[in-house]
Amino acid sequence: MKELFRRAPKAFTPGEQTRDQGTPDNMWVKCPSCGDLTYHKQLRDNLKVCKCGHHMRLSAVEWQGLFDSESFTEEDGDIAPLDPLNFVSPKDNYAQKLRDSQLQTGLYDAMISGYASIMGQALQVTITEFDFIGGSMGSVFGEKIARAAERAYERRVPLLTINASGGARMHEGVLALMQLPKVNLTLARLGTIGMPHISLMTDPCYGGVLASYASVADIIIAEPGARIGFAGRRVIEQTIRQKLPANFQSAEFMLEHGMIDMVVPRNDLRSTLGRLFKLYTMRDADASPLPADV
Amino acid sequence: MKTPLSAWDKVQISRHVQRPRTLDYIRVLCEDYFEFHGDRRFADDAAIVAGVGRIDGQSVVIIGHQKGRDTRENMRRNFGMPKPEGYRKAMRLFHHAEKFALPVICLIDTPGADPSMESESRGQGNAIAENILIMAQLRTPIVSLVIGEGGSGGALAIGVTDRILMLEHSVYSVAAPEASAAILWRDSSKAPDAAKTMRITAQDLKDMNIIDAIIPEPEGGAHNDADATIRRAGVAIMHNIDALNALPTSVLLDQRYQKYRVMGAIKTMPTNQSSNGEPLSFL
Repeated sequence: MKELFRRAPKAFTPGEQTRDQGTPDNMWVKCPSCGDLTYHKQLRDNLKVCKCGHHMRLSAVEWQGLFDSESFTEEDGDIAPLDPLNFVSPKDNYAQKLRDSQLQTGLYDAMISGYASIMGQALQVTITEFDFIGGSMGSVFGEKIARAAERAYERRVPLLTINASGGARMHEGVLALMQLPKVNLTLARLGTIGMPHISLMTDPCYGGVLASYASVADIIIAEPGARIGFAGRRVIEQTIRQKLPANFQSAEFMLEHGMIDMVVPRNDLRSTLGRLFKLYTMRDADASPLPADV
Repeated sequence: MKTPLSAWDKVQISRHVQRPRTLDYIRVLCEDYFEFHGDRRFADDAAIVAGVGRIDGQSVVIIGHQKGRDTRENMRRNFGMPKPEGYRKAMRLFHHAEKFALPVICLIDTPGADPSMESESRGQGNAIAENILIMAQLRTPIVSLVIGEGGSGGALAIGVTDRILMLEHSVYSVAAPEASAAILWRDSSKAPDAAKTMRITAQDLKDMNIIDAIIPEPEGGAHNDADATIRRAGVAIMHNIDALNALPTSVLLDQRYQKYRVMGAIKTMPTNQSSNGEPLSFL
C-alpha cells in the first residue's frame, strides 16, 4: 500500500496533451475518485495517477509515451468514418456528432494505430481515444484493428491493444456489430504464427470490445480499478432491480473471477510489457518463430 | 395494395408468440435428431438448444436460441437470452462439428445475451468473443438463419457463418430497439424510432450487403403457415450447405475471412498527422 503514496519513478512520459493544457482552468486537476486537487505538472509526472491510487484516463496521444521515445509511427491515419445509416434522429445526428468529435480530438475516429517499440521490442499497437464518442467501436475502429493485426502477421511482431471503450458504435448499426467478427478473424490469423496479442484494459471496457478482441487476447492486463463488463451496470441494476456491490465489474473483481491475467499499476506497465514480450519473441537462443498452421 | 410493414411492425412479427422457434424447425426438418445438453463446465442453459440431427440424408449440427411460448417456459429459457454456459455449450458443439466433419446450422432468435450479475461473473463477454473466434476458424461449413430477433453480440455468438440468411420479417441489430433507444436517447419507449433509424430489417441488411438471402414469409408472418415457412427455409439452408460442402477447406476459410473483412463503411482522407495543434479541415 505504501508504494502508492510514494512519488513514483518516471517509467514513461505521457505524450503531448490533445487539448490545450496550461490554460488557468486546468492547472489544478480534481481527482474524480477522492476529490483532491493536484497540480497538473505533478499529475503528469505521476502518469496521471492520483495520490489516492486512482488511475485517470489517458488520451490516445498521451498513451504514446508508453513506447520507446520517438518509436511510435502512426499508420492508417487516413481512414475516416462515413454515416452509412444516414443516422438522423430528433435528439442526435451522427454526421454532426462526428464533426464535433473530430474537431474536439483532431482525430477522424476513436482509434490511433501504428508501430512502435517497447524496450527495444518492435510491436504493432492500437490505442482507443475515449473522448471520441466514448471510444465506441465503429467501422474505422474495426478496420484499424484488423489492419494492425494483419500488419503484425506480415511483420511477425506482437500486437498490443490499449483499450477504453463503451462498446459498439450505435450510430453505425449492424455494420458496427460486424466489426466484432472482422477483428477476431484477423486475430485468429495472427495466432497461427505464434505472435501474442496483449490486451491492456483501461477504464472502461464494455460491450463490443469485450465481446470481441479484448477478452480473447493471449494475455489480458487491466489497470487498477478499471471497469470491465459486457452489460453496463445500469442495465443489470434495472434487470435485477437491486444495487450491485461497489467492486462489481472492477479489474480486481474480474481478476478474482478468472477473467483477466493481472492487474498492473500504470507505473509498472512499461517494464511489465517489455519483459512479457521478450518471453515470447526470444523463446530460445535461435528465437525462431513457430511454423505457420501448426 | 397493402401498406408496407414498418420496421416496428416487423419487430412485433419477429417476436410473435406463435412464431416458429428453433425446436419447431428441428421437428419439421430433421429425419432424426438428438438434443445434447450442458457445457461440461457449469450447467445446461435452456436458452440455447444444440444437438445433432439429419436433414435430407445429411448429418448436421444444429444450434439455436430457444424462446418459450408461455411464462413458465420463458422463465426456464430466460426469454431466449443465453448465459455464458449456453454459449459454451454452443462452443462444445462447434468443436464437435469440426471433429466429425459435420456442417453447422445456427438459428438465431434472441433479444440479446443475458445481462445479469451471474453472467458477468462467469464471463459473458469472453464467452461470446471465444465463440466468434472459434467460428472464424471452424474447418467445416456453417450457415445461419435469423428466424426471429437477432439481438447484438448475443446473436453474433452463434452467427459468424459462411452464409447469413434472414426470414423476411426477422430483424438483426447492434442492440435490441429498446436497448438502442435507452443507450442513444435514455428512453426505451422510443424503441419504434430506434427500429426505423437503425435499419434492422432483413431488407435493410440485404441492401447493406451484410446478409446473403431473404426467405419469404406468408402474409402476416411465418406463424400463419409455420410448416411451409420452415420447409422453404430448410431448402435454402441445405442448398447453401451443399454448395459450401463442395469447397476445399482452405477456400471455405479464405472466403469466410473475406466475407467479414470487407464489412464496414469507411473512406480515406488526407492523413491526419496528429491530434495536437489546431483542428484539421474535415471535409
